[in-house]
Amino acid sequence: MSVKVLIPTPLQKFANDQATVNCAGGTIAELIESLESNCPGIKARLCDEEGKPRRFLNLYVNSEDIRFLDGTKTPLQDGDEVSIVPAVAGG
Amino acid sequence: MTQATQSKINENDLTCSPLAGLKCKECGAEYEAKAIHVCELCFGPLEVKYNYDVIKSRVTRETIQAGPNSIWRYRDFLPVTSEDPIDVGTGMTPLVKSTRLARRLGLKNLYIKNDAVNMPTLSFKDRVVSVALTRARELGFTTVSCASTGNLANSTAAIAAHAGLDCCVFIPSDLEAGKVLGTLIYNPTVMSVKGNYDQVNRLCCEVANTHGWGFVNINLRPYYSEGSKTLGFEVAEQLGWKLPDHIVAPLASGSLYTKIYKGFQEFVKVGLVEDKPVKFSGAQAEGCSPIAQAFAENRDFITPVKPNTIAKSIAIGNPADGIYAVELAKKTGGHIAAVNDAEIIAGIKLLAETEGIFTETAGGTTIAVLQKLVAEGKIDPEETTVVYITGNGLKTQEAVQGYIGEPFTIEAKLDSFERAYERAQTLDRLEWQPVLV
Repeated sequence: MSVKVLIPTPLQKFANDQATVNCAGGTIAELIESLESNCPGIKARLCDEEGKPRRFLNLYVNSEDIRFLDGTKTPLQDGDEVSIVPAVAGG
Repeated sequence: MTQATQSKINENDLTCSPLAGLKCKECGAEYEAKAIHVCELCFGPLEVKYNYDVIKSRVTRETIQAGPNSIWRYRDFLPVTSEDPIDVGTGMTPLVKSTRLARRLGLKNLYIKNDAVNMPTLSFKDRVVSVALTRARELGFTTVSCASTGNLANSTAAIAAHAGLDCCVFIPSDLEAGKVLGTLIYNPTVMSVKGNYDQVNRLCCEVANTHGWGFVNINLRPYYSEGSKTLGFEVAEQLGWKLPDHIVAPLASGSLYTKIYKGFQEFVKVGLVEDKPVKFSGAQAEGCSPIAQAFAENRDFITPVKPNTIAKSIAIGNPADGIYAVELAKKTGGHIAAVNDAEIIAGIKLLAETEGIFTETAGGTTIAVLQKLVAEGKIDPEETTVVYITGNGLKTQEAVQGYIGEPFTIEAKLDSFERAYERAQTLDRLEWQPVLV
């Protein structure tokens, strides 16, 4: 399976300066582990010391905020699009 | 100028820029004053850092009063380096001492900061956009953009037109007609996105990753948001170089509210006003009240919501500065409350009928919350209270249509007028009857 991940500008240096990366993972939590093997160092930026996504990062699956879904347990399917977006924007 | 050289400011060197760089509000990491908005380490918001010694050495009440009749009289407090910032007459809007609304509410010292007549597009957004586009030009951007609930799109398109910048704005597809027309007239590219504001905002973040544009409320956000400080500066100056006791402002992302506080604090820091406690109260619509809910439940995090309210200009379900707004209300002894759509319409009408100010739904929300806080005894009648009206009612006519009277259509004859006038007075009496009984 393959999930398209949109990488925000501050993290693109971990992804060979690419804005998108294709990855695998049955859930958001698994996807983060898979991202780390493709883009070493990215997990420490995405997650806090307890391994949870950072307070100032929002994650979306097919444009829906995972807080309206099942958080990091949100299941992923082939062809899904996951967007990582810094929370501080807009207004 | 690099950070290293900026940190070696000679206090006597008045040519130094007060703009010293960017600093993460969460972890304190420092960055150059470029087009970035979040910390690379923790994703916390970046805020502009200033050399306050330089500001203090340059600024007095007199130098400000001798400056332009716009936000640029406070240029030393704003994150730009240009000698010729984009000045379209933004700011210095009236601070009206209220008599009739104050009496109706039972307040003795109520003031209305009226940004419904801000220039050029009749909302407070002209302040933040004037700053953001000045900085965008300094940073070399030729295309500017934004995610908007309407007012920001109006302002970005207008001021970009004035400055000769290309402009592409993103709005939710269900906006009021006046806000869409009030953007299109300046001939930008307008993307009407099928979704709510939070979806528009997320899309813009993704576009910002791949297009090298200056998004005023994304990669230029640290500069943009500083423009709201001028709502604090002006009120302090217009009150005779004094801070008020209490302010009430609308809450969308929470940025405006926190920046008014920063404005007051900066005036205290450089000695322009005396320090004193100011209570900060905030207003949300019940149909989109994530900040009010977090305040009511004493939470230190925001749970996002899906907006459903007529107050579209403040319908942000995932507010970037929400948590800072909650902290500020608690720290200052203020309150954050929400009102329903019927109360918002009543708020718009109350302000119009008592003060002759026609505000949009955000202003109706703020007036309704002011009324609620007074009724609950949370605003002392003696306090000097400033209520911020941030947008103009002509842009959200749909919200009040059906809730206001209709004109009497008459013949061009005296007796037709007399009959209609008699009828008008009867209607007026009928409306008052329930109140009198």
